[in-house]
Amino acid sequence: MNAAPAPVALARFQSAFARALLHDEEIPDAAVADLVGQPAFAVYRNTVMKGCLDALQANFPAVARLVGEEWFRAAAAVFAAGELPREASLLRYGERFPEFLAGFPPAADLPYLAAVARLDRLWIESHAAADHDALDPAAIAALGPEALAATVLEPHPAARWAWSPEAPAFTIWRANREEGTGLGEIDWRGEGALLTRPQDAVRATPLDEAGCRFLDACARGLPVTDALDAALAADAATDFARLAATLLEAGAFARLVPIPHADSGRTSP
Amino acid sequence: MDPNLTAGLGLKPSHYGEALACPAAGLWFEVHPENYLVDGGPRLAWLAAIRERHPVSLHGVALSLAADAAPDPAHLAKLRALADRIEPALVSEHLAWSAWRGAYHPDLLPFPRTTEALARIAANISAAQDALGRRIAIENPSHYLEIDGHEWSELEFLAELVRRTGCGLLLDVNNVFVSAANLGFSAEGYLDCFPAWPVMEIHLAGHSRDPALGEALLVDSHDAPVSAEVWSLYERLVARIGPRPTLVERDDKLPGFGELLAERERAHATLLGPVRAAA
Repeated sequence: MNAAPAPVALARFQSAFARALLHDEEIPDAAVADLVGQPAFAVYRNTVMKGCLDALQANFPAVARLVGEEWFRAAAAVFAAGELPREASLLRYGERFPEFLAGFPPAADLPYLAAVARLDRLWIESHAAADHDALDPAAIAALGPEALAATVLEPHPAARWAWSPEAPAFTIWRANREEGTGLGEIDWRGEGALLTRPQDAVRATPLDEAGCRFLDACARGLPVTDALDAALAADAATDFARLAATLLEAGAFARLVPIPHADSGRTSP
Repeated sequence: MDPNLTAGLGLKPSHYGEALACPAAGLWFEVHPENYLVDGGPRLAWLAAIRERHPVSLHGVALSLAADAAPDPAHLAKLRALADRIEPALVSEHLAWSAWRGAYHPDLLPFPRTTEALARIAANISAAQDALGRRIAIENPSHYLEIDGHEWSELEFLAELVRRTGCGLLLDVNNVFVSAANLGFSAEGYLDCFPAWPVMEIHLAGHSRDPALGEALLVDSHDAPVSAEVWSLYERLVARIGPRPTLVERDDKLPGFGELLAERERAHATLLGPVRAAA
């Protein structure tokens, strides 16, 4: 097959080398098989894996603290072997790590782990999101109720929220993320979280399911009246004034967008 | 040489405050731009604040110029936007590859220096320089493996890249020391022949012995002070080619800012030495 020794083709070399970094199997490319046989090849294998694990550990600090470094890095190695980073900015690596944990058999005893990982993920998204001033609460106060109902509250680029129906993920996450936040007595029920970035630092606020549904609707471009319906569907006792105050104070919105030609029939709550 | 750009340090988040306030003459900071390719937020704000006080160098680790594929245009566009915002004093990349067929390997991977590879890498460097609107400096890699199939020596390869693309070179003295020890060549001989005029920047760093193989394999680990041997190679190099902006790199086992600053002072003094002697 290989009658004459030809110069090593770059693409062929790279395909074989990349595969050998992750897989301990027979290497079809003779030039690369020779390299894999050298003890120093382990330097590349170790560096690539260490780069992936360090990035995941940096991106999921609450998960790492919950399960301990050894367990975390073992789980992360399984994830990394199946999914290398897709881009050079490792800050975004591990987008699917929460899903991976949800289906990772050794994590079956920790049903809250994937939800905690999702919050770590949202923290990074909030941290790296575009800059924008938060909506001034006075701008809302200046609108009459009818005008407000027909307005879209556009979420701030750094606002992220999640409702975890099955576990107090926010309490567990925060206890493993912020120094000095003890876990204390846990009330085992669903919890939601809102992350915002006032003064350029990510801040976490508890948020109920109605609040999360309200923000979901806002993110879909629905006016306040429809967003409130979504909140009421989750919790019929939702107090709009209180919810709006919580969200505005946290800096969850970027701006008001009036709906053009809103027909008056839709504006009464 | 630019008196505002003598010896620099890698910028570490844990040292931001001290880095920002440090008044040392000629001090500059280098970052991996990949860590700042974000839409906004505190990272960019910090880098912009540092940039107001000190020159900044963007030292890429991910353009994967030695891959048999064009550099990712989306990545280049983001890099250009960051460069336009930060106005870096220097931009550099590695003679290595890391991205291949959609997967990114967080390392600087080797390749056989063939004529085919030379043509591809020259095209990639030109594409990067065109997209960034800047001349970039290409760094000599650390070597661990004996690769069969090289058609070019590294020095000839680098010189030819300069000739074809107009790029500059980043000479990492620690990489030369590590490679010379691992592959069995003379670090002095390599450095004495390194083309002097394209050198835009010099790197210094610490290395370590491989935990399994010991002295037989040195690793460019950036987790220790610059070694005595690397300092003397550096001093010999500067005596030959003259002063160039020099970076002290440390990425792991990070000491306090003061300790790094003391290492940086040694490079600063070396750079000013020949100038003083000539005056």
